[in-house]
Amino acid sequence: MGNPEKEGSVTDWAFIREYLPMYQDAAILTVRIGFLGIAISIVVGLLCSAVQYFKVPVLRAIVAVYIEFSRNTPLLVQLFFIYYGLPKIGIPTDAEMCGVIGLAFLGGSYMAEAFRSGLEAIEPIQLESSLSLGMTGAQAMRYVILPQAVSISVPAFMANVIFLLKETSVFSAISLMDLMFTAKDLIGLYYKTTESLFLLVVFYLLILLPISLLGSLLERRLRYAGFGA
Amino acid sequence: MAESLLTIEHLTKRFGDALIFDDLSLTVRQGEVVVVVGPSGCGKSTLLRCINALEPIQGGTIRLEGETVEHKGKNLPELRQKIGMVFQSYELFPHLTVLDNILLAPMKVQKRGKEDVKKEALEWLERVGLKEKANSYPRQLSGGQKQRVAIVRALCMHPEILLFDEVTAALDPEMVREVLDVMLDLARQGRTMIIVTHEMQFARAVADRVIFIDDGKILEEATPDEFFEAPKTERAKKFLNMFEFHREAKQDDRK
Repeated sequence: MGNPEKEGSVTDWAFIREYLPMYQDAAILTVRIGFLGIAISIVVGLLCSAVQYFKVPVLRAIVAVYIEFSRNTPLLVQLFFIYYGLPKIGIPTDAEMCGVIGLAFLGGSYMAEAFRSGLEAIEPIQLESSLSLGMTGAQAMRYVILPQAVSISVPAFMANVIFLLKETSVFSAISLMDLMFTAKDLIGLYYKTTESLFLLVVFYLLILLPISLLGSLLERRLRYAGFGA
Repeated sequence: MAESLLTIEHLTKRFGDALIFDDLSLTVRQGEVVVVVGPSGCGKSTLLRCINALEPIQGGTIRLEGETVEHKGKNLPELRQKIGMVFQSYELFPHLTVLDNILLAPMKVQKRGKEDVKKEALEWLERVGLKEKANSYPRQLSGGQKQRVAIVRALCMHPEILLFDEVTAALDPEMVREVLDVMLDLARQGRTMIIVTHEMQFARAVADRVIFIDDGKILEEATPDEFFEAPKTERAKKFLNMFEFHREAKQDDRK
């Protein structure tokens, strides 16, 4: 606990211990919304990239508009639109649902771009080579195109996952009790800025570092010893 | 002569406004080796791509054993199994080992047992001198080795006809021979092949018949000796002269 004379400037470990459980709850909320939102954004991304890759008429234009809209507006603005806008047209919302939808809306376009770049990196002649061996289009996708595209997409995909988890920090704006909200709340209540921010950083690192490491591992595992070389 | 395996009748092919083939007809008999030569851009590769329907055609018919080969036709996967294609750029699958490259289509498309195909694949790999590379990845192989694997991959589908699209054009000169030797060996076994190549000596050695294409038409069709010794058309003479020129120039240098 240190020297009593310097009480004011010393880190208050008792405070940190006391509010640790609160951060834990907030971290669980962050992770829950984060992963749900990312899971949906993966599905959205896969669908959008498939529409673009196969150049599906009409849908293709809709996807293009969605991607530009989603990538060129801040998540905070998207969240406000969903949180305050949906009830106006008669759709009831709760903050957590808005968080998931907002993240999926933003993440879907980033995931779509990651998957699309992976698919487009595969030369069309690889598809022709598969077809000339008697494969159907579906077989060629499954055994030849997708395995290569996935491995090319992995770095961009992992960067997106981390980016989206970090973006959850704006959820506090729609009064979700996530990590950022908790830290701001405690600073406001007790003026324990150092301690509150210290816990905030530690918890974000605890969530993101393992994912980052997993990403590096996955990249190494899937890098088929130098593509194209 | 044996019966015809592949029949092309009145083929018309356009890329936009550009006319590639205008009423082109060609018949390939069982066991025949047809070499296609012609100036760059005359559509030699396009012809092969039309034969296995990688390109849509604008007129005429292509039939293999009586069955029509049609772009987006329903029977295309079955037909393509009978048409082995080897590309200039090898097109091995980089995420699979040499052996898995060869096994993929026979196992997934023809539903053959792994042991059966593997045995055959290894026999072929040994024959082309690559048995020890079975578990390597394509990127660990030289161009010539990759191309030999690509040929084995096509062979293990038991095709009726093999199409070779300038398969040595991307190779370093010292690797050309190892690939041509494999093809020569296949020709001696009586396989039906259509070969597009710029290797004139090889063409002469391997061909039963030489086809000279220019301006969207077959301008000359002859035995290799006839074609290379006494071409009938001015175009063919001019084309063959381009290859001669190199030799004369060299002899001049030596003087």
